[in-house]
Amino acid sequence: MSALSEEIRERIRQEFPKYPNKRAVTLPALHIVHDAMRAVSTDAIIGIAELLELHPAEVHDTMSFYNFFKDEKHALGNHRIWVCRSISCMLRGGEEVLEKVCNKFHVHPGQTSANGKVTLEFAECLGACEGAPCILVDDECHMDMNAESVSALIEKL
Amino acid sequence: MAKFEPVLFARINKPDSTSLTTYKADGGYARIKEFLSMAPGDVTNLVKDAGLRGRGGAGFPCGLKWTFLPKDHPGPIYLCINADESEPGTFNNRILMEKDPHQLIEGIIIACHAIRSSNAYLYLRYEYGRSYRVLDAAIKECYAAGLLGKNLLGTGVNLDIVLHRGAGAYICGEETGLIESLEGKRAWPRIKPPFPAIEGLFRQPTIVNNVETLCCVTQILYRGGAWFKSIGVPPDPSNPRDPGSYGPKLYCISGHVNKPCCVELPLGVTARELIEEHAGGVWKGRKAKAVVPGGISMGFLSDKELDTKLDFAGPGKVGCLGLGTAAVVVIDDQTSMVDVLFNCCRFMSHESCGQCTPCREGTAWMTKILTRIRIGQGRIEDLDLLMEVAGSMGIIPGTTICGLSDGAAWPVKNAISKFRGDFEEYIISKRATETSAQKLMEVH
Repeated sequence: MSALSEEIRERIRQEFPKYPNKRAVTLPALHIVHDAMRAVSTDAIIGIAELLELHPAEVHDTMSFYNFFKDEKHALGNHRIWVCRSISCMLRGGEEVLEKVCNKFHVHPGQTSANGKVTLEFAECLGACEGAPCILVDDECHMDMNAESVSALIEKL
Repeated sequence: MAKFEPVLFARINKPDSTSLTTYKADGGYARIKEFLSMAPGDVTNLVKDAGLRGRGGAGFPCGLKWTFLPKDHPGPIYLCINADESEPGTFNNRILMEKDPHQLIEGIIIACHAIRSSNAYLYLRYEYGRSYRVLDAAIKECYAAGLLGKNLLGTGVNLDIVLHRGAGAYICGEETGLIESLEGKRAWPRIKPPFPAIEGLFRQPTIVNNVETLCCVTQILYRGGAWFKSIGVPPDPSNPRDPGSYGPKLYCISGHVNKPCCVELPLGVTARELIEEHAGGVWKGRKAKAVVPGGISMGFLSDKELDTKLDFAGPGKVGCLGLGTAAVVVIDDQTSMVDVLFNCCRFMSHESCGQCTPCREGTAWMTKILTRIRIGQGRIEDLDLLMEVAGSMGIIPGTTICGLSDGAAWPVKNAISKFRGDFEEYIISKRATETSAQKLMEVH
C-alpha cells in the first residue's frame, strides 16, 4: 500500500498532461507531498517513484539537491519562517530579526520549535530587498522587519 | 534631463493592475491578433533590430538568440521563462509579475509566435508565493478569454503556459540548470555547446528568456524598434563588438540608502544618480564606501567609480564583471568590506551546485578563509591566497561549466584589489565582529 493517499496520488497524476514525460513531474510531486505531509518520507519517495515510473533513488537524488524538502526525521512545523541573510538584509539589520525569531522559539535555524508550531530557516535573497530586512512566513513575504514588528507578526501565528 | 516616463512600470501603481479587464482597458492585447498574423521571422527581426539585450544578467541579444533555433524542426520547440530571480539585491521581476502579469503573458505569446513554440514553461522560484498566485490567476483568465489554449483568438495558434515552481536553488537561474530542474533532475548546468536553442528542454530546441526581457518584447511590438533604440546608449564606436545598450531598464537599489526602490530609467544612468536622485541618498548622512553594480556576482564599484554608467559596457570598464541584473546595493563607509565579502562568499558557497570542483571547493575555502579573518585569526598572506583561489575558478579561466563560479570569484577579486586597506586593517587589528546572531548565521 502506498504511503500516499489516493487524493495526493490523483493530484500528482493531474500534473502529467502538462509535461511530455513523467520525470518532469518530480518537483511538482515533491511539492504536493511536502505541502500535505510536512515532510517527504522514504515511503513517500517510493510512492512518488511508482507513479512517475522512476527508481526511488532518482526521486531522492532530485529531492536532496534542493534544500527545500524535509525528510521524515525533520518534518516541518505548522509554519515555516525564512529569515533572509543575504547582502541587502544583512546591511539593514537582518541579524537582529533572526536573533529575535531564534529567541522567541528557542531554536536554531533549521530546527522546529518544541511545540511544533514553527520551523525556522535561513533564506538566501528573498527578492524583496526594497523592504529589507524581510522574512517569508510560509510563502508570504513580510518586509521592513525589525525586532518589534517581527515579534508582533510571530505573536499572531 | 526630462523625467523619464516609465513604460515597463507604467501600470504597476494602478488599482487592480493585475486583472485582464484593466490591462485591456489600458490597451493590452489590443493588437495581439495583428502580431500573431505577422510572419514569425518578422517578429524576430523586429526584436533583433530593436537591439534588445537579455535582462537576466548576461545581456545576450534577444532576437539573435531566437535566430539560433533550427529551421524546420519537426518536433516541439519550447520557451522557458526564467523567473528564478535569485541574484542578491534583485527584485525587478517580482514586481513585474506581482503588479502587471499580463504584460509578461503578452510578451510570452509574442515570443512563442516568433520562435514557433506552443509550449511555454514559466519557471518561478518557490519563494515568490504572491507572484505565483497572481500569475496563476492571470493565466486562468487568459484561458477563459481564449488568449491561451487551442486556436488562440481564432488565429490557429496554439499555446499553453505551465507555471512550474522551483525549490529554492540559485543555480536554477542558469539557463541549463533551469532546464535540468524542469526535467525533474538536480539543477546541474550542462556543458555547452549544444546551446539550448539546438538542444534544450526535453532535448528539443529551447529558448530561455528572462521576465523583464519578455516585458520589453511586448513594449517593442506596440511601440516599435525605433522607439526602443531611441532610449539608452548606442554602441561604443571604439569597440566593434559592443551592440549598444538600448531601452529602458529596471534598476533595483537597496542596502544603505534612504529609500530602497526599483526604478525604471534609460540604460546608462550612473550609480551616483541612482543613489542621489532615486534612492534618497546614502542613509544616516553617511557616504558610500562601495556599490554593487548589478547583483553581488558583478563585484564592487569603489567610491571613486560612482560615475560609472550602468549600461552593459560600463561596469566592465572599471573591473566589474558586467551589468548583471542592474541590482545596485549600496554599502556605507561604516561597514567593513570583510563582512560584506564574507556574506557574498557564504552565499556562493551555499549555492554552488557542487558539480565542478573549482567552484565547489573554491567557494567553500574562500568562505573558510574569510571566517578565519573575521574571528581574528587572519594573516596578511590570506589576501593573496583569496586572490589565487578566485583566479583559478570560473568560465573565464576555463575551469567550470557555468558562470556561477565567475560570479563567486569576482566580488573577491574586486574587494581585495579595490579595498585592500580594509582587509589589512581588519586583519592587523584582529577586530572580532561576531555577534550572537552572526554566530547563528554561520551554522549553515
